[in-house]
Amino acid sequence: MNASAVTVPASSVDVRALSVTYGAHAALSKVTLEVRAGEFICLLGPSGCGKTTLLNTIAGFVRASAGEVLVGGKAVTGPGADRGMVFQEYALFPWFTVEQNVQYGPRLRGVNNTALQEISDRYLKLVHLEETRHRYASQLSGGQRQRVAIARALANQPKILLMDEPFGALDAMTRESLQEELLRIWEAERRTCLFVTHSIGEAVFLADTIVVMQAHPGRIQVVLENTLARPRERTSDAYFAMYRKVDGYLRTAHRPASEAPPAA
Amino acid sequence: MSSPLSEGPRPTDALGTPLLTRRQRMLLAFASLLVTLTLWWLASASGWVDKILLPSPRDVVAALQSSIADGSLLKNVIASLRRVLEGFAVAFVVAVPLGIAMGVSRIVYGLADPLLELLRPIPPIAVIPLAILWFGIDELSKVFIIAYGAFFPILVNTLAGFREVDRVQVRAAQALGANRMHVFRDVVLRSAFPFMIVGARLGMSMAFIVLVAAELIASSAGLGFMISDARYNFRTDQIFLGMACIGALGFALNALLLRVERSLLKWKTS
Repeated sequence: MNASAVTVPASSVDVRALSVTYGAHAALSKVTLEVRAGEFICLLGPSGCGKTTLLNTIAGFVRASAGEVLVGGKAVTGPGADRGMVFQEYALFPWFTVEQNVQYGPRLRGVNNTALQEISDRYLKLVHLEETRHRYASQLSGGQRQRVAIARALANQPKILLMDEPFGALDAMTRESLQEELLRIWEAERRTCLFVTHSIGEAVFLADTIVVMQAHPGRIQVVLENTLARPRERTSDAYFAMYRKVDGYLRTAHRPASEAPPAA
Repeated sequence: MSSPLSEGPRPTDALGTPLLTRRQRMLLAFASLLVTLTLWWLASASGWVDKILLPSPRDVVAALQSSIADGSLLKNVIASLRRVLEGFAVAFVVAVPLGIAMGVSRIVYGLADPLLELLRPIPPIAVIPLAILWFGIDELSKVFIIAYGAFFPILVNTLAGFREVDRVQVRAAQALGANRMHVFRDVVLRSAFPFMIVGARLGMSMAFIVLVAAELIASSAGLGFMISDARYNFRTDQIFLGMACIGALGFALNALLLRVERSLLKWKTS
């Protein structure tokens, strides 16, 4: 696609000995993680494992108590347009139309109206929602809203896409079709993706790398390469093998860390 | 075929009672009005009730015609409307910026909130005597009281709007590159706006109540003056007419604001 010539290159993410504490509660304890530019990473774990806190710290919404986060080699000091975010709650601006939502980031950067129109047309087409451009969020289904939110994040040309359980509120059928759509977009746009989920199947289907996290304190248990060839089949033996492997780690996550991981 | 089954079930309420059609509702409304008017007419025409206390519908219509003819009705409507709009405008111009300042700054909130909580339980009508002493018996005191009455609904709702700002939406804007000014303009104000509009509508209905009270107590023009003056002259026909006009004007103002609200908040209802 010609328009993709304007795309910004993806960035790497470097999390170094990151700790986040709320009072006496350690949400994250000395987390170190390297994400390659263009990589699709899933953060997976039970609630309380700090996966969302980790994402929010990379986004710049939450401040590190110790350690640091580097994005493209630069330390994160607050939220910024280089890191696009997609929320479980969609967080569309209900007072703007679909098109105005998608144009919001570029508009803040002072992009002119003609270019704004091109941008929103392109990204709404990417998520197959061109026909809804003049509607408001209240007129869309949950799945459509989340596709608009993805288009809005991508239209701002972020180097990294952060997704916080984006499909968690959707029904199973919509979720699967959006996962497929997200992979198609990711392959076309090649952004670094950090995707928080508590669904093993989702992580196995989407990720290059699965980061399994544990709670109390929030930390990384294991980083697993997902070597499954793409495109992935949800019913293949290889898929189930990977699923069982991840599941085995998650089940040991509740035991003391000294115990050996399961044989996989 | 038009078998009843193929048309689907009739719409019902939660209890299963069938809803009335539009035509049925119109018929009932018409019947209710007709019966009331007939009873009213009978009561005054038959002499059940003293004509001085209850004028006949025809007397009220005659009063309407004569007060239109001599221009007094228009004069009174304009006087009332002007006061209510002036008082409301003053309230709006003070309450909205103050509400925004209180919503944005914890220090302004901490300073203003205790004072406002002390003043808020005092009904605006209780302020009338003081307003007359301070601002005289003319327009200024009435505009002041009306503004005072409309002020609190607008302020309280504006503040409620600021509490409704969604943290996730603020973050979404920040992740798209919004700075503090952008977040304020595009998320905070936008979220609070519907509440300001609702506050304006409630403020307007309060302004209207206070208007009539102020005019009843001391004035030389306006719809409140019209009914108070008619009382001294035992002109119940004019009292009825004045009350009907107050009702119509209040209804019209509220309907107007509802329209403004709907057109400004299209994204909410559509």
